[in-house]
Amino acid sequence: MAQAERLSTWQTFQQRTKHGDVIFWLLTLFFALMVVALVAAVGYVAWVGSSEARGRFGLSFLFKTGWDPNAQNFGALPAIYGTLVSSGIALLIAGPLGILIGVFLSELCPQRFKSPLSFMVELLAAIPSVIYGMWGVFVFVPFFRSWVAAPIAKSVGKSFPLLAGPVAAGRGLMVAGIILAIMILPTIAAITRDVLAVVPNHQREAMLAVGATRWEMIRKAVLPYARAGIIGGLMLGLGRALGETMAALMVIGSVKDKISTSLFGGGITAASLVASELPNANDSMHESTLILIALVLFGITLCVNAFARLLVWQAARGPVGSARS
Amino acid sequence: MITQATNYRRRKLVDYGMRGLTIGATVLALIPLVLILSYVVFRGAGALNIAFFTQAYEPPVVGLDGEVGNAGGVLHGIIGSLIIVGIALIMALPIGILAGVFLAEYPSNSVATVVRFCTDVLSAAPSIVIGVAAYVLIVQRTHQFSALAGSVALAVLMVPVITRTTEEILKLVPHTMREAAMALGAPKWWQTLTVVLPTAMSGIMTGVLLAFARATGETAPLLLTVLGNNNVSVKLLEPMAALPLLTYKYTDTPFPAQNTLAWGTALVLTLLVLTVNLSVRWATRSRTK
Repeated sequence: MAQAERLSTWQTFQQRTKHGDVIFWLLTLFFALMVVALVAAVGYVAWVGSSEARGRFGLSFLFKTGWDPNAQNFGALPAIYGTLVSSGIALLIAGPLGILIGVFLSELCPQRFKSPLSFMVELLAAIPSVIYGMWGVFVFVPFFRSWVAAPIAKSVGKSFPLLAGPVAAGRGLMVAGIILAIMILPTIAAITRDVLAVVPNHQREAMLAVGATRWEMIRKAVLPYARAGIIGGLMLGLGRALGETMAALMVIGSVKDKISTSLFGGGITAASLVASELPNANDSMHESTLILIALVLFGITLCVNAFARLLVWQAARGPVGSARS
Repeated sequence: MITQATNYRRRKLVDYGMRGLTIGATVLALIPLVLILSYVVFRGAGALNIAFFTQAYEPPVVGLDGEVGNAGGVLHGIIGSLIIVGIALIMALPIGILAGVFLAEYPSNSVATVVRFCTDVLSAAPSIVIGVAAYVLIVQRTHQFSALAGSVALAVLMVPVITRTTEEILKLVPHTMREAAMALGAPKWWQTLTVVLPTAMSGIMTGVLLAFARATGETAPLLLTVLGNNNVSVKLLEPMAALPLLTYKYTDTPFPAQNTLAWGTALVLTLLVLTVNLSVRWATRSRTK
């Protein structure tokens, strides 16, 4: 009797909650769609907010110099140039280094050091960017100015305008590029490590069996196999460098109206231009232009990242059933 | 024998050289980490005193000897950061966790693919863009920089982190546990709420902690939304101070006393990030092996 009662309690519970699954599905679906709505909202808001500038300039202002909000003169070419050059420097430095680190962590590192070293490299990605900026201002910029920039500008810079002085300010495109390189290094290293980890072992064994050294094995059998994934990692790093704001803003020197011929000269990036001017914009035209710059930046990083994800995703899957260990 | 191949010595040298190079690259990457951490710890430790935690902004005073003193503290930043990030967390938690539950429990349909793509977009979007969106949506409408706008921006930055970890962790819950619950007649929602989620709770918490640490260090979106404030303020619809904003602001001042405060705030932020990352690593140690 008692058991029958318990059973019927359970049954009434089931009876009462028979729509539970549908409700639960709808509830989680609602919040999942909210993520989609957030993306749509960010895009839509930036689109609407920039309508004034789009109506007046189109995209032409991206290709002229001279930034003077007071005179309603908006030329964002220095910002575009600064973004591309600083990210390019960052990629040139962090790309080879990151790939070498990924190779070391995946192929050569003794098992015991693997996870502490990975953790330490990834810790570089966890440090807030404003701390990179501050460290850059107080420590790296003075060091770089007196030990690297000044000697180079005095010797090589005499014949190459790209490396010419003056270096008195210290802050500039080169410094920003180097700081960005440190910041994107962990991304590139971690992704290289992950895509190398799914290269099937018979690739390595076949190469070793014909008498290759370890490096020849890596160079000829492992890296080519993971090429797409590594390129994806480089592009993810590039995407991060393009959108980086605070560190770039603090060390790049904020020269907004002209393009410096020297890499040691000051500049500005698109993201840091928006961060420095939007909070105290003069009028709605100024605001709208800055929002348009942010929208363009959003579009570019979106494309770079989507392409990179595609490459990494395809590479990280690897051939079926061939994952190592 | 292979040691007698004609160019063996050269190949061996190249091998050693390149192996050395990979080790060199790894060491080179650790140098900035060590340098940044040690500078922040040594220069920041000097800033940590009672006043640092109990006072708000004080205008710099030039002493008789020409030294600029009287730096005050960063109480306003600490309180501001706690409020802004706390509210952001409250907004991001339900969206992040339930969206993650959706992705893990109903994994293969076209909606899930779209949602996954959107979390990727959000996590890859430059934080300044999210800040601009919050600026247009809230600051421009209300004609007022506000802590709430900052919370909204940070919440958007937290959601993808929480969603992604929740999904990954829920997928690790063994199928036998779901089957056991099913065998007892539990409907899917009941099984998810009472069996799957509690099992995965510690894992979800690590995701929340990582999102919290990431959001606390974010500066760019706050610059556009909460602006900063020199006083202790708890009003959500007015400008508020935040720790990373103070780091930025005090870095660019000519007063050494304020620069010291910048190092102090950097130390607090770094300690937070370090603690969270170390504890997450410690908590997930057994799972990743």
